[in-house]
Amino acid sequence: MSVDTATVKKVASLARIAITDADAEKLAPELNNILGWIEQLGEVDTSSVEPMTAVIPNILRLREDVVTEGQQRDAILANAPQGEHGFFTVPKVVE
Amino acid sequence: MTELTDLGIAALRDGIRAKTFSAREVADAFIVKVSAAKALNAFIVETPEHALEAAKAADEAVAAGETLKPLAGVPIGMKDLFATKGVQTTAASHILEGFKPVYESTVSAKLWDAGAGMLGKLNLDQFAMGSSNETSYFGNVVSPWRRGANGIGARDNAPLAPGGSSGGSSAAIAARIVPGATGTDTGGSIRQPAAFTGISGIKPTYGRCSRWGVVAFASSLDQAGPMARSVQDCAILLENMAGFDPKDSTSLQLPVPDWETALSGDLRGKKVGIPAEYRLDGMSNEIAALWQQGIDWLKDAGAEIIDVSLPHTKYALPAYYIIAPAEASSNLARYDGVRYGLRDLPEGANLQDMYAATRAAGFGEEVKRRILIGTYVLSAGFYDAYYTQAQKVRTLIAQDFENAFSICDLLLTPTAPSAAFALGENADPLAMYMNDVFTVPASLAGLPAMSVPGGIDKAGLPLGLQIIGKPLDEQGVLNAGLAIEQRAGFTARPEVWW
Repeated sequence: MSVDTATVKKVASLARIAITDADAEKLAPELNNILGWIEQLGEVDTSSVEPMTAVIPNILRLREDVVTEGQQRDAILANAPQGEHGFFTVPKVVE
Repeated sequence: MTELTDLGIAALRDGIRAKTFSAREVADAFIVKVSAAKALNAFIVETPEHALEAAKAADEAVAAGETLKPLAGVPIGMKDLFATKGVQTTAASHILEGFKPVYESTVSAKLWDAGAGMLGKLNLDQFAMGSSNETSYFGNVVSPWRRGANGIGARDNAPLAPGGSSGGSSAAIAARIVPGATGTDTGGSIRQPAAFTGISGIKPTYGRCSRWGVVAFASSLDQAGPMARSVQDCAILLENMAGFDPKDSTSLQLPVPDWETALSGDLRGKKVGIPAEYRLDGMSNEIAALWQQGIDWLKDAGAEIIDVSLPHTKYALPAYYIIAPAEASSNLARYDGVRYGLRDLPEGANLQDMYAATRAAGFGEEVKRRILIGTYVLSAGFYDAYYTQAQKVRTLIAQDFENAFSICDLLLTPTAPSAAFALGENADPLAMYMNDVFTVPASLAGLPAMSVPGGIDKAGLPLGLQIIGKPLDEQGVLNAGLAIEQRAGFTARPEVWW
């Protein structure tokens, strides 16, 4: 499986990372190198193996479905790059 | 007289209790050393006021004759992956530059509750991705060690890697500008830097330490742990970091053992396995000799040595480099320029453009590379071939360890395939990943594992030995670490050049 620059650009767009054509040219062989190496996993017979879901046996706990913390609007917004009237603001998304 | 900054965690704690010196004297001594060591670039932010405040509280408690907290007046360094309330937390990234959490990570909160003070936030590989500390937005950490130090080997002033990702932690401890520090380990990020700088560090069983408030890299692997100059100091710090946390769904609901009190270097009745597959083709004679030396030390401590096999070892690194980037690509999706951190909003940009521009500007090369790999292996059509297959191989790797531990109690291996390399020397990403070849398998299986200094190589640089234990057997790991420490007599230290 070989990754070309078009694939790199597609993956970058899925990952929401802007890349230039020059970046894609540089990244394609790097990613191919790494992906080529990890493909050796294909030689392991895993037909009767379950994929790991928890590394240490543990019980997933459930908590009561109640509000435990609230009234923290200022704290939540404290590090926002841009906030207005108690909201996070983003560029206009509705025309 | 020994300088206060030469003392470790236990000696500082005991000296403050015995009124041999005050916590204020301790804090002052370390603060001076920290500010004089800028050339190491070990700190992103210094917080002398935090250390002084903890010292004041400790000295007041001493004066009032109160029972002192376990770490009263002991100052430490905090890896800048732990959220610290009101103190900039960046994960060494541009995207989080200026981020001041309004909350405290559970691990750091536990340490402050135990009376420790913070000397500052330690530099690391960006988002803990790296094995050399060359990926930080705030510049490389430089190891305090140099080739040819102490008259061993040819002298060479090339700046060396302190290991990664906890390289600020390892450099600061080795340089004696902090007595101990926190680290985090995803694929070896506590153990490999400990080995590179001649200190000790333990990654506990996955789930022992809460991940709440720790900037996430790969959640099924990330685990916090202590780094210090002795095994006892690691035990003390770990006791005060570990414990159940309802805020972390993977936190283990188990009591924290009294690891320090139960420390013993007597390994009679213990079986130590030597995994054949860790003897790599082309392993250097020095690493092989160190490993044999470690075997002899453990025999001397009473352990029985047996050969074991971990047949899927060679697949651990490729599985790791699918699983870790996959989880990272998901975890790092939260950095989008909306809720915190950097925002890059080009003229006329829409929301999608803003995300893409922010992430392009805010992430370093290695972080982007791993996000792209992670996105690729999780993308439609490839998920089963890569991610599911890697998780199946992970099951096989864990089963290998289970099988080995049915006939032995501990495993002994080298920590890293070489001593520290020079910064800039390992430019190929794939070659860099190979540095974690001995540490990654235990991470994939969630096992406790520790590195202790075993000796020095022909260039005068430290080399580490790794002990891997059964799930939850931190005590066994620490005990074997102590047995090695007692016999290695590792006293080499970097010469002060910074």
